[in-house]
Amino acid sequence: MYKILEKKNLNNEVVYMKVAAPAVAKKCEPGQFIILRANETGERIPLTIEDYDRKEGWVSIVFQKVGKSTYILGTLNEGDYILDFVGPLGIASHTEGMEKVCVIGGGLGCAIAFPQAKKLFKNGAHVDIIAGFRNKSLVILEDEMKSNSTNYYLMTDDGSAGEKGLVTAKLKELIENGANYDTVIAIGPVIMMKFVSLLTKEYGIRTIVSMNPIMIDGTGMCGGCRLTVDGQTKFACVDGPDFDGHKVDFDGVLQRLSMYKEEENHQCNLFRGIE
Amino acid sequence: MAKVNMTPVKTKMPEQDPNIRNGNFLEVTTGYTPQMAYDEAMRCLNCKHKPCVAGCPVNIDIPNFIQSVTQGNIEEAYEIITRTNSLPAICGRVCPQESQCELPCVRGIKGEPVAIGRLERYVADYMLAKDNFTTDVTKPATKKNKKIAIVGSGPSGLAAASDLCDMGYDVTIFEALHKAGGVLVYGIPEFRLPKSIVEKEIERLKTKGVNIELNMVIGKTISIEELHDNEGFEAVFVGTGAGLPNFMNIPGENLNGVYSANEFLTRVNLMKAYDPSYDTPIYFGSHVAVVGGGNVAMDAARAAKRLGAEHVSIVYRRSEQEMPARVEEVHHAKEEGINFHLLTNPTQILGEKGWVKGMECVKMQLSDPGTDGRRRPVVIPGSEYILDTTSVIIAIGTSPNPLIKSTTYGLDTNKWGCIIADTETGQTSIPYIFAGGDVVTGAATVILAMGAGKKAAAAIDKYLDK
Repeated sequence: MYKILEKKNLNNEVVYMKVAAPAVAKKCEPGQFIILRANETGERIPLTIEDYDRKEGWVSIVFQKVGKSTYILGTLNEGDYILDFVGPLGIASHTEGMEKVCVIGGGLGCAIAFPQAKKLFKNGAHVDIIAGFRNKSLVILEDEMKSNSTNYYLMTDDGSAGEKGLVTAKLKELIENGANYDTVIAIGPVIMMKFVSLLTKEYGIRTIVSMNPIMIDGTGMCGGCRLTVDGQTKFACVDGPDFDGHKVDFDGVLQRLSMYKEEENHQCNLFRGIE
Repeated sequence: MAKVNMTPVKTKMPEQDPNIRNGNFLEVTTGYTPQMAYDEAMRCLNCKHKPCVAGCPVNIDIPNFIQSVTQGNIEEAYEIITRTNSLPAICGRVCPQESQCELPCVRGIKGEPVAIGRLERYVADYMLAKDNFTTDVTKPATKKNKKIAIVGSGPSGLAAASDLCDMGYDVTIFEALHKAGGVLVYGIPEFRLPKSIVEKEIERLKTKGVNIELNMVIGKTISIEELHDNEGFEAVFVGTGAGLPNFMNIPGENLNGVYSANEFLTRVNLMKAYDPSYDTPIYFGSHVAVVGGGNVAMDAARAAKRLGAEHVSIVYRRSEQEMPARVEEVHHAKEEGINFHLLTNPTQILGEKGWVKGMECVKMQLSDPGTDGRRRPVVIPGSEYILDTTSVIIAIGTSPNPLIKSTTYGLDTNKWGCIIADTETGQTSIPYIFAGGDVVTGAATVILAMGAGKKAAAAIDKYLDK
């Protein structure tokens, strides 16, 4: 059982939780994730480690209430327990040799991109952050990202906060103005990562994406999270979650993510009393 | 003493009607009644040379426990069994007795052998059903105050833990998943091995003193080296199994509706996707094709049928004779309406809008035996046809997960990724690390894994005694 030490609603949809998990906190590195199961009848869901404190023995997670399991998780409060919480899983992000980096976060992806940006910035790299959201009410981690970056650019689809437009437009602008990035790290919806990768390919800038396929065990025993990278099948839970954005078959990933859409919507609506 | 029961056939085991059981996940066979157990036990000749004992990988004193059953002394029978086997309710159900203890049985010469597995199960179930049955009959040894770590809570780890605990060691099992049992909980379905039985057996080990830590991925959460150097574990037994699914590497394998058997069975067994009160979803189309001919393929096919798939087919490249699955399971699968496409091999999975639409197969014929002694299947040219299917489950085998190997510096493995360990002791290239079960042999049986766990336990005791 893993105690929830702190809970904050970052906006109407996104929740932050600090969870007591000393063994995970002791070992985790930016880019890694955990798998949790909220209760006995729950499913196992993967969530990226947003931050951690080895001494105090906690890791934090940030999740968006998008379906039944995340809604249930969102009903838990400080002092409550999460039944199972396992990690750190996946390979830690490689940040060696990165000097001038653009970190792009799309929506919840900002929480996943944050630990990498923080690590790079602390190590003295030039870090530009482009954070994209649908609108002002969904903006998260603005202060944290600002204080862990050289430049912070906030983008919204409707212009209600920061600049109006997509993250790709801002990235193109920065590149055109001579930003000269050695690496772009893009984390967010698959479709965003796809378009960032298509753009950076034109400029020949190395691009790392963090994949989020469907997972169960997260230890490499089922292949549920498999995707095609450079024509080869990889398991995101053990070979990733980070991959070369120029080699990922994004359309294949999108297709596999839709596998349980109907079932998920139905379960979620039942839980929320809509059906 | 009553006369030996000379009936040439085994006392039949009651089972659910095939057309009823293929719609539920309850156990297929319902176990012997006391009278059936007595009748069957009376078939044993109590031979002096006991060929059955040598056929058992953990050498249970079979004639003796069966004699206790004939005398109605089930507790004594259980004591005899558990001297060498720590999980009898499980082994009695899932061991391939036909190729082990029952193979050399003298009664098998002129009829069917004694149903040793069914009797073992009867004895174990009788004891497990008792109120407050938790303590083991074995007397606790004096504490040695030495810590041993077991990595993996499958059959080999459980057996090693049980024996080491009896010897007086402080034993901790580390398990990556949220439930202990390994393949017993995520692989073998409820209808063959009820999870309540596995839980009871594991509960019994815990009351003996075995400590189990769940949600610990060794190699990620903590490494073997750290367990040894920083946490005070003087020896480590690795029983992490062979849980990495093999795929066929044919076109269409990443389409929606294609599962590894590991994923399909984990969703069904561990996550209880068949039960609407659990949240894990599962997809099964109206037509399910399972590729492979082992027990895992049978389990997946029979589970798919129970979930409600109309047509379930086994697609296997050799003939029924070469099938590695137990004869009993093949028989049960046929009774339950599973179709068998033998001498058939898939060449590609066809899709429509990202979902499985069919599977292109070719017919095979068997040629001369290859180096492994099995007749090699070869393609019959021009025999391509499309099998109508909406989902595909790949059950063509598994390999050891590379996680332990890649995070334990100096641990030698062979070209299949299996840990190299001494066959007698289980000792690896790192002296304090022992290994056994599928991680050493590749996918094999529950009882062989248990045997390896027991051997390693004895060797660890010797190693630490020095």
